[in-house]
Amino acid sequence: MPRRVAMIGAGMTKFMRRANDTPKEMAFEASKMALDAAGLELKDIESVALGTAPDAFDGVHMKGEYLSDGAGSFLKPYTRSFVGGGTGVFTGAHGWWHIASGMFDTCLVVGEEKMSSAHPHPQGAFLTIFDNLIERNLGPNLVWIFALEMNRYMTKHNIKKEDIARVSVKNKGNALDHPCAQLGMKITVDDVLNSETLAWPVQRLDISPTSDGAAAFVLASEEVAKRVTDDPIWIEGVGWNVDTTIWTNRDLYYPKYVEYAARMAYKMAGIHNPPKDIDFAEPYDPFDYKELHHMEGLQLCRKGEAPILTREGVTARDGDLPTCPSGGALGVGNPIAATGVMKLCELYWQLRGEAGKRQIPKDLRTGVAQAWGDLMQVGTVVVMRR
Amino acid sequence: MEKVAIIGVGFTGARPDSPELSYKELMYEAAVKAYEDSNVDPRKEIGSFIGASEDFWDGVSIFDEYLPDQIGGALRPVCSICNEGLHALATGVMHIRAGIADIVAVEAHSKVSDVVNPEGIMHFALDPILDRTLDYNAHVMAGLEMNRYLHEACVTKEECAEVVVKNRANALLNPYAPYGAKLCIDDVLDSTPTYEPLSELDTSNLVDGACVIVLASEKVARNKRAPVWINGVGWCNDTPNVGLRDWGYPRYVRLAAEQAYADAGITNPYDEIDIAEVDDSYSYKELQHLEALRLVDTGEAAGFLCEGAFDINGELPVNASGGSLGMGNLLDTNGLVKTFEAVEQLRGMAGQRQVKEAESALVQSWRGVPTTSGAVMILGNEPSGGD
Repeated sequence: MPRRVAMIGAGMTKFMRRANDTPKEMAFEASKMALDAAGLELKDIESVALGTAPDAFDGVHMKGEYLSDGAGSFLKPYTRSFVGGGTGVFTGAHGWWHIASGMFDTCLVVGEEKMSSAHPHPQGAFLTIFDNLIERNLGPNLVWIFALEMNRYMTKHNIKKEDIARVSVKNKGNALDHPCAQLGMKITVDDVLNSETLAWPVQRLDISPTSDGAAAFVLASEEVAKRVTDDPIWIEGVGWNVDTTIWTNRDLYYPKYVEYAARMAYKMAGIHNPPKDIDFAEPYDPFDYKELHHMEGLQLCRKGEAPILTREGVTARDGDLPTCPSGGALGVGNPIAATGVMKLCELYWQLRGEAGKRQIPKDLRTGVAQAWGDLMQVGTVVVMRR
Repeated sequence: MEKVAIIGVGFTGARPDSPELSYKELMYEAAVKAYEDSNVDPRKEIGSFIGASEDFWDGVSIFDEYLPDQIGGALRPVCSICNEGLHALATGVMHIRAGIADIVAVEAHSKVSDVVNPEGIMHFALDPILDRTLDYNAHVMAGLEMNRYLHEACVTKEECAEVVVKNRANALLNPYAPYGAKLCIDDVLDSTPTYEPLSELDTSNLVDGACVIVLASEKVARNKRAPVWINGVGWCNDTPNVGLRDWGYPRYVRLAAEQAYADAGITNPYDEIDIAEVDDSYSYKELQHLEALRLVDTGEAAGFLCEGAFDINGELPVNASGGSLGMGNLLDTNGLVKTFEAVEQLRGMAGQRQVKEAESALVQSWRGVPTTSGAVMILGNEPSGGD
């Protein structure tokens, strides 16, 4: 039986363009905040789990090794996990197994990304994620392939663009209350629909920004957690799943891999009826339609139903099932691996009632965070409980 | 803690070049061999797939994308660990102990023959502000480190050359290893100087290959043929900062070993371990690592080596496989290849290079310059140690 694992402290840097900070410095800043929040020092940390996405962003080969001392792993065991855009939430599982396995009592978990080093734009790094032989010659980029996915999702369920735009309006609005947010703003559905078209149906305000930043948290065994805090938040379920590389062979309207990852995490957490058992969610929202796509994959609603719930206000911060109360990637910013860690931190702060102006106005017991990445291919899910 | 066993291994063998195969085909071959060896159906029985990889070596960003299909992992829990193969094995051990899965597959590969300029890639591993701007080749760090080690431990270049002679002779007995050769010390000393005091033959050559190891929980392993038990794992880093690290002594190996020994309940490594497969990507590294592993005292490895203690028929055979000097350097696959050798030896299937009465083995890896990242694993024919 796995041991229980508690989150006992969290911290994050402001997400923005941070040209003056090295990746190490950002990792250090977030790690220090998480340790301070937990009331621990680095000497109390037995292991380090690091998550950071493509080396091509920073232009550093073996980026994990480079970041390791900034992330506190000097003379300590450290590993780096990497599942593309799913990396951030995956670090929740990565840190979890260090403790659940009985091998360590404490683990510092750090997610870092510095995208601004890539010139002229980090999209350039994404040109190198495609298959060398088959795809790269076609010059595809991320916006292009996600436009295909968004189109398929809209066509399959007959979804109107304005119902998708509402996600962007909601999340950027929520981010106004987040002190670390890069792109909190009050916008309307028309603003989204009138923004520059990049690859139809994707428009500028449908997309999260590129960002630099880091986020971190401290995990502990039950024994340590009960010693240092009266209010630990438990990681009760973790799940992940990767579909085939050949994305052109899949029907993109539904993320089956997210469903499988969610089922793995829900089984572990004893969740049988997700919409009823889960109080709020932080699905990954690098594009507005992805939040909807992921709500369906997470079994929080039926296929095609997420846009309706959003239109009806169910997913607003004061709704029945708030999603991305933090402001999500669309509002807080999207430094890939750090974004997912930010979502786990948000679950922690919400469940402890420490989310300040972002606090969801109801009793919270269970939250779920999820991220997604690779070639529309990986789902990572973490369930946390008070 | 729950005991974990290796129930199957698959290795393509190492080759300096493999123009007719893609990395996917190499991975597939290793996976099929490992699944056959363990009698496991990957689509039904394996609960977690872990790959050790680095984007720049693979020439693609987010290598995780290209991991699942050829190892049977599509629509299953799959993840990349950007560390050495032994770190990925340690991750697999944690997955089983945490109850994630009863059977885990761990994969690593090298298709370095596709890399036009490997030293250019290594250059990108240097700190972009402090080191890269000095524009030195990463191998320089091995030269500096060797110098420091020779000085601190009172070891000579001739003694390091003995490591090369031993390992490349061992490789002659290993059908998987391409660099078998009968050399003498002068061959090594007279080879082209590279990064003083290193010569060409002190450095392992980069090669292609893939390796897959299948792990299982005790419950599953008990019903499998010839399980090899992972009795201890440990891993550790020193600092990436070249100004602050210990240049003569690999503290990360020492700390990783202490973790693994505690896990395995080992107090006297030299007596309790029958064979060792340690990192020898440069000749001096074998000696330096044996000392940091506490298999011998600091400064004593060269003496044991010259007395023949580390030969295949010696008291503690080291790198009977031929090591990286004889096998070639498979980047982050080295740890799995060394594990493969240890499993072959413990099962008594190592052919001409078989060590007599090998019951326990130590495997150690290092990620190479410019890192200070090491891992250690203790294997045995019987489960031991720990609670």
